Formats: sequence, structure tokens, C-alpha cells
Amino acid sequence: MFRKKKNKFFEILIEWMLRLSGSATTIIILLISIFLFTEGWGLFKSSTVEKGYVLCINKENKIKNLTPEQIKEIFDGNITSWKEVGGDDIPIEPMRMDEVIGMFSEEEIGSDFEHLPERLSDVTAEHKGILGFFPEQFIDIKFKGKVLPAETISPKDYFGGKEWFPTATPAAQFGILPLLLGTLWVSLGAILLALPFGLAVAIYLAELANPTVRKILKPVIELLAGIPSVVYGFFGLIVIVPMIRNVFNLPVGETALAGSIVLAIMALPTIITVAEDSMRNTPLAMKESSLALGATHWQTIYHVIIPYASSGIMAAVVLGIGRAIGETMAVLMVTGNAAVIPHTFTEPVRTIPATIAAELGEASVGSVQYQALFMLGAILFILTLIISIWAEVIRKEPHAE
Amino acid sequence: MKLEAKNVNFFYGDFHALKDINMKIESNTVTAFIGPSGCGKSTFLRLFNRMNDLIADTHLDGECMLGDTNIYDKSISVDELRKTVGMVFQKPNPFPKSIFENVAYGLRINGERSKSVIEDTVETSLRQAALWEEVKDKLKKSAYALSGGQQQRLCIARALAVNPSVILMDEPASALDPISTSKIEELIFELKNHYTVVIVTHNMQQAARVSDKTGFFMLGELIEYDDTKKIFLNPEKEQTQNYITGRFG
Ligand SMILES: Nc1ncnc2c1ncn2[C@@H]1O[C@H](COP(=O)(O)OP(=O)(O)O)[C@@H](O)[C@H]1O
Ligand SMILES: [Mg+2]
Repeated sequence: MFRKKKNKFFEILIEWMLRLSGSATTIIILLISIFLFTEGWGLFKSSTVEKGYVLCINKENKIKNLTPEQIKEIFDGNITSWKEVGGDDIPIEPMRMDEVIGMFSEEEIGSDFEHLPERLSDVTAEHKGILGFFPEQFIDIKFKGKVLPAETISPKDYFGGKEWFPTATPAAQFGILPLLLGTLWVSLGAILLALPFGLAVAIYLAELANPTVRKILKPVIELLAGIPSVVYGFFGLIVIVPMIRNVFNLPVGETALAGSIVLAIMALPTIITVAEDSMRNTPLAMKESSLALGATHWQTIYHVIIPYASSGIMAAVVLGIGRAIGETMAVLMVTGNAAVIPHTFTEPVRTIPATIAAELGEASVGSVQYQALFMLGAILFILTLIISIWAEVIRKEPHAE
Repeated sequence: MKLEAKNVNFFYGDFHALKDINMKIESNTVTAFIGPSGCGKSTFLRLFNRMNDLIADTHLDGECMLGDTNIYDKSISVDELRKTVGMVFQKPNPFPKSIFENVAYGLRINGERSKSVIEDTVETSLRQAALWEEVKDKLKKSAYALSGGQQQRLCIARALAVNPSVILMDEPASALDPISTSKIEELIFELKNHYTVVIVTHNMQQAARVSDKTGFFMLGELIEYDDTKKIFLNPEKEQTQNYITGRFG
């Protein structure tokens, strides 16, 4: 009578399969994050100066080291005196190998560059203000200058650096501040635009629209969430970008604002759907008791429905931000992609996802740039993780104060 | 204020829920509606604060009078009407706010700004609802921290705070334990000194205890309406007799 049935076997099998797929998902996500970090971590072991090259100075120069940013400024001609980087008041003479070769005849260098180490050594000794950027292989033991010690890229340079020039020589710049701020800036703009709009539509759908309108509008809005982002990007490029150029009278319309508008449009369906659902979840009893006290429909919406739905609305916003922060294609197409720290909405910016998408194809596997991009991926991963957890926490908040 | 229904017919779509009902309710009395479930008691009660307006595809014939005005007249503001005709629902349904803010709600939506007026009214209303002593030290606490019976009295206080003259109650004690129920009944008895009270109940002892007049409904019709004593001791109609003696089927 109470014997176990045979076909329980299938139930057990299915249960195990379900369990397995559950843990498999978790493991895959874990692996992805580990992968991102391990690929990216090498960045902080890489030299600030291009591989195979060293920076050399005159023996009498007291400079101990230079940051990547200083190196770039010097070779760009923005820093011209050693005084500016903590040395004596001597003009800096940045010099690459080509320039040295140009100073001598072919014989003096040697057909196989066999005399080049000597020449480099001489030049370094003669020029008090020199900052030489020479291949390591041509620096020999008799070198009469000082070789600046190789420094690794520090997390401070990476997280605090204001310049992103991953292919600059002699020192590539991996400051992610402009990218991080660009991402947050565009996302902030998107939320500021999408929130009032989304809330308005949600209120309309939940409380004001008649059932037929609602029945048509709701699926249409949900459908919008499924459109590929490149289509939104197209729309942004053809409609919004020219519009911004004309309205603000700008030389180019590819700006943070364009990105924010496109993202806002993309985040709207999520915000509307989630906010509307939570408003419709307001118990009828709650609405009725407000109305029975003589509150108007609007007062009821404002004092009862929105507060009741507030955690759902917040979750909607956070989900919208999540979508905005991770969005790649559309943003890549309309923001102009200039890696500068944003100050207004009418200048080009570049976001983290757009950077990864644009540069990963060109970066050779294992290069410093490649590692820097993976590190960006890891940062993006953490950002979205924080946001998802935040949304989850908000949603679970109890309604009673 | 007195209420009156004149030739009231009410429809949910095609469904004829109330059939030709005439009834006069005197002011400062307690009137009970009894009858088997689904007979239209709630529907009839909700006509008097126009709560049925919220339900799509409904239709009313006839007139509902409050004093001398037909409350379904085009010139009537429903919000204002509901401030005069308050309502307490079957399940306690406080807002997810503090005890104080629940009672203050009606005042705030009326645009009352004065802190002292609001505080005074909240206290008076809570006293009238016999809840003040129990909550005076925790007004800032969530209304959900109260027991079911306390929540229902809070809802009564909330309704009283907007100073209505009529209070409609739809089975206000049906979700409560016996002790809370008797507290609510005592309260109803008190309230009739200042308000006209109409209460729907499925509990006949309750109707007998608290009401002056009783209306017996069946299948959308008002079968009998008279003094409570008469309905329970000596009803005119056989259906009423059967229902109150439990021989209904
Ligand atoms: N919103 C509604 N839509 C359609 N029919 C309804 C609705 N509310 C109540 N009814 C019907 O009207 C009749 C009376 O309901 P109601 O007034 O709630 O009865 P009671 O309160 O006496 O139990 C019932 O048959 C019920 O099914
Ligand atoms: Mg009912």
C-alpha cells in the first residue's frame, strides 16, 4: 500500500537535472567573472613604458621616475622643463631613436647598427636635458646615462588617471576616469529623462487608460524592450543627433545628451512595465478606502498608489539604470566616443561598454591594452552586479513604514 | 442626515442586482441590512457613497437621496459627497502609514495645514473610535502593528476624522474575534448619537443588538423593512421568518 512507486525515478531524475542546471548557471557566471579578472589582472604587472623600450636621462639628472601621464605630456610637448616634474630648471629634450640616428651618418651608426649603443650613450651624456626613449636592446653596459627604473602600472594610474590613450607611445595612458564618468554621466542623464516620462506613462496605463487602450498599449511597450539596440542607435543617429546639433547649435550632435536620450528611450519599456505592475498591485481596498474618504482620483494616486508602489518604482529605476550602464551599441553610435571627462551634456563622451566594443578588435591578445579592456569588463560586471543587488533589495522592502 | 432610496434598480452589465427598492432611513439611527450572501446588501450600501461608480459597466435607475438632494444628480461632486457619507469596509484596510497619518489622511487631502487642528482631530476621532487609550503612546508606529480589531477601529476613526454625517459599514466585524466584535458593536451604539449609521451584517444577533431598524434582502429585493424588534419578533413575511430562524434554504 505505501510502497514507493517505480516511476518516481523520473521525478528524481528531473529534479536532479533542474538542480544541475541551477548550479551550472551559477558556476558559469562565476567563471565569467573569474575570467574577466584573471585576464585583466596582468595589467597591474605591466610596465608603464612600451614593451622592449626604456627611458633614459642624463647622469646628472636627479629625476628618479616619471608617471605615465608625465611621460606622455613630455613627448606631447606640454611639459617642457624638468622643473615641472621635480627636477632642475633645464629644458627637456625628448628624443626617440630615429632622431638620434638622424643626427649621424650611416658609417657612424654602422650597417648593422653595431655602433648605435655607443651613439645613444654619447647623445645621452652630451644633452643635459635629454629624455631618451630607446629600445632596450641597444642599451649596453657602457651606457653613460641613467636608465629610469621600469615601473608597473598602478591601480592609482588606472582608476584615477584622467587620460585614456591605450596606443600612445612611449607611455600608453590607461586612466579610466573619463570612461567611468562618461558611463555614469550618460546613465544619469538617461534616468533623469526616463523617470518622469516612464512614471507618467505607468500612471496613465495603471489608472487612467481605459481597458481597450491599455490592452493595446501594454504589449506594444513590452515589445519595444525587445528591439535590438543597434536599431535604437540608428534612430538616434538619424533623428536625435541632427536634432541636438540644430537645437544647441553645436558643431557635432554626437554628445552625451544624444546617448542619454537614446538610452532613456531604451529604458522606458522596462521602467513603464515594472512601475505599472507595481501600481496595479496596490490593493483595491487601499484605493477604495482613500476614495471613500473623499480623496480625488489624483490625490489617491499621489498619496496612496505611488507610495504603495514606491519600492516597485525604485526597482524599475534601478533596472533602467542597469540597462543604461551596460548598453553598448546604441551608445557607441551616438555619443561621439571622445574619452574626456564630461562637464556638460552637450559634449561627446565615451562609455565603458563602448570602449570595450570599439577597441577589443584592435588590441592584440595579451597586450597591455587587451588587459586594460578586460579590467574594464570586470568593472562593468561589478557595477551591474551592485545595481542588480540593489534592485533586489529595494523590491523586497516591506511596504509598511 | 436622512437617506432615502426611491425606486432603485441597479445593474452589473445585464445582471439585475437590485430590484425596485424603496427605503427611508432616519437620521441618528442605526439601520441594519441582513440577508443571504449575494442578495445585494453591499451593492445597495455602496450606492449611498457612490462607490459603485468605480465599477465599470454598471447602471442605476431611480434616486438616492441624502437629505433633499439626489446624490446622483449631475451637479454633485462625488468627492464632497464621500466626505459627508463615510465608509468602513469589511476587512480592516489601513494605509501603510503610521497610526497618526492614517487618521490625519482625510484632513490632509482636504488641505488642512494647521498642525494643532490635525492633532486635535486625530485625538478626538481616536477617542470616538474607543482606540485612543490603546494607541496614544505609539501614534508614530505603523498601523500594521495593531491587531485586526484595533485596525478596524482605526479605520472607523479615519472615517470619523473627515466629519461625515452618515457612516456606512459593510460587515465591519466579520473578520474580527468576539471581543473585538463586541467593542465595535458598543462603538456603533455610541456613534448613533452623532451620526446616521447603516451597517451590513450577516450576524443576526448583531443586527438585533445594535440596530433600530432592519432591512431584509433576498435576491436583490428588499423583502421587509421595519423596526428591528418587529423584524426579529414578529415579521410580516414568511421569508423573513425563515431566514431569522435559520430555516432558510
Ligand atoms: N463587481 C461586480 N460585477 C458583477 N457582479 C457583481 C459585482 N459585485 C457584486 N456582483 C453581484 O451582485 C450580487 C450582489 O452582490 P453583493 O451586493 O456583493 O451581495 P451581498 O453583499 O449581499 O453579499 C451578487 O450576485 C454578486 O455576484
Ligand atoms: Mg457584501
